[in-house]
Amino acid sequence: MSITVGGMGEDRPGVIVTAKAKGLLRTPLYELHLKVGGKMTAFAGFELPVQYKTGILVEHRHTRDAASLFDVSHLGQVIVHGDDPAHALERLVPGDLLTLAEGRMRYTLLTNTAAGILDDLMVIHGREYWQLIINAGPKVSILAHLRAHLGPDKVTYLEDRALLALQGPSAASVLARFAKGCLRMPYLSAETFSINGADAFVTRSGYTGEDGFEISLAQDQAERVAEALLAEPEVFPAGLGARDSLRLEAGLCLYGHDLDVKTTMVEAGLTWTLSKRRRAEGGYPGSDIVKHELATGAARRRVGFRPSGRAPVREGAEVRSVKGRKIGIVTSGGFGPTVEGPVAMGYVEKPFAAEGTEVKILLRGRFIAARVTKLPFVATRYYKG
Amino acid sequence: MSGLRYTKDHEWARLDGEVATVGITDYAQEQLGDIVFIELPTLGKTIHQGEEAAVIESVKAASEVYAPLAGEIVEINEKLQSEPALVNADPTGKGWFLKLKLTDPSAYDSLMDEASYRAHLKEYA
Repeated sequence: MSITVGGMGEDRPGVIVTAKAKGLLRTPLYELHLKVGGKMTAFAGFELPVQYKTGILVEHRHTRDAASLFDVSHLGQVIVHGDDPAHALERLVPGDLLTLAEGRMRYTLLTNTAAGILDDLMVIHGREYWQLIINAGPKVSILAHLRAHLGPDKVTYLEDRALLALQGPSAASVLARFAKGCLRMPYLSAETFSINGADAFVTRSGYTGEDGFEISLAQDQAERVAEALLAEPEVFPAGLGARDSLRLEAGLCLYGHDLDVKTTMVEAGLTWTLSKRRRAEGGYPGSDIVKHELATGAARRRVGFRPSGRAPVREGAEVRSVKGRKIGIVTSGGFGPTVEGPVAMGYVEKPFAAEGTEVKILLRGRFIAARVTKLPFVATRYYKG
Repeated sequence: MSGLRYTKDHEWARLDGEVATVGITDYAQEQLGDIVFIELPTLGKTIHQGEEAAVIESVKAASEVYAPLAGEIVEINEKLQSEPALVNADPTGKGWFLKLKLTDPSAYDSLMDEASYRAHLKEYA
């Protein structure tokens, strides 16, 4: 048989990845991953656990039932300096940053002049700094883009930071044992705490559809804090596999797969990230194209698919109309452990984007009947306190 | 388990008369992770050695299972349709895939024995 392991993200079809041979980077938690049974794989240039001993299904369900700890240190943590980072950044992203209050964060996109998406990111208006969390894959080109537009001295990449994600309905009660103040944090807010003596920059955010926190730490403190969190009875470690199935069920995009430079925010269904003011004013790269698409509608739209039967459909699978014409493509697909069946997302021509539309997906030379569905597949449970 | 023969691609076979039961090894299921779907071939089909005999979908990816030997498919493990995780739980027992009536039963001896397969696995580690 052909064994494909690792297969998450950019490095997908890897046959038994020998990480060391590929010159991969390691996060500050590398030793801890091995200690707790992580099965390491190549992802976006990093050696990260795809799963631990219990496996992806258990890790996924545990995140929805209690809490899981993920190492997301591969993400880029970037500080933007300057007198007025909000104004400067608004020339690069469609998100409304002038109204982003101190201590709050917002999901937005970096676009090019053709309205293509260069990356999706979080912008955090911290008390001390404006900070960005960017994807690992396009990190190098995004840093160059930021430096070119904001000025080389206005962008600092934090090389020496780790990032942990504590996710799940028990995340708040667990973290409160270390930092009581986290309980009063609204969704998408940021605060600084001391966790077991380590200075931690904490945001109430994540990529699973559940309540949770992302915790930025100095790299030499990360292992100690991670071990302390894992010692709590509710918390299991979880790897990239569960991270991927959780975000897919939550309808969240994975850059390089569901979003790329050839996709616009109108096609991707991300125009909710535009405020009324920014919709009217534009002023970010490609804003004229987005305005036009908003008026006329994009030719294709991102949708969810529920394939019939049990077989998962994967990224790259062709989507056809019932009559057999190619109308789209799957950009993320797999088995949804909470849904207990196959789930996928992708793009279809606009006339086929309505909820309930019957389509066919090509799988190993055969057609699987599938239905276009709204996203997310699993209702999100972000903190609404 | 003794009495099994192996391929370098991590299938196993067990001969009973001229019928070989076929599955994937413990190493293979461990590498694949949680198995969520198995596509089995149709009964009565004759397949060549090395031809795709089944497809495994784990949470991570799709993988093909190749026929370790040539023969006619005389039985498939229907239980795997509803309980694909049997392959994770008991790969060389309840998690078998199919039974092949071998075109040439003597070809069975050309497969790796336990010791050779163990040595082969060491090259991976």
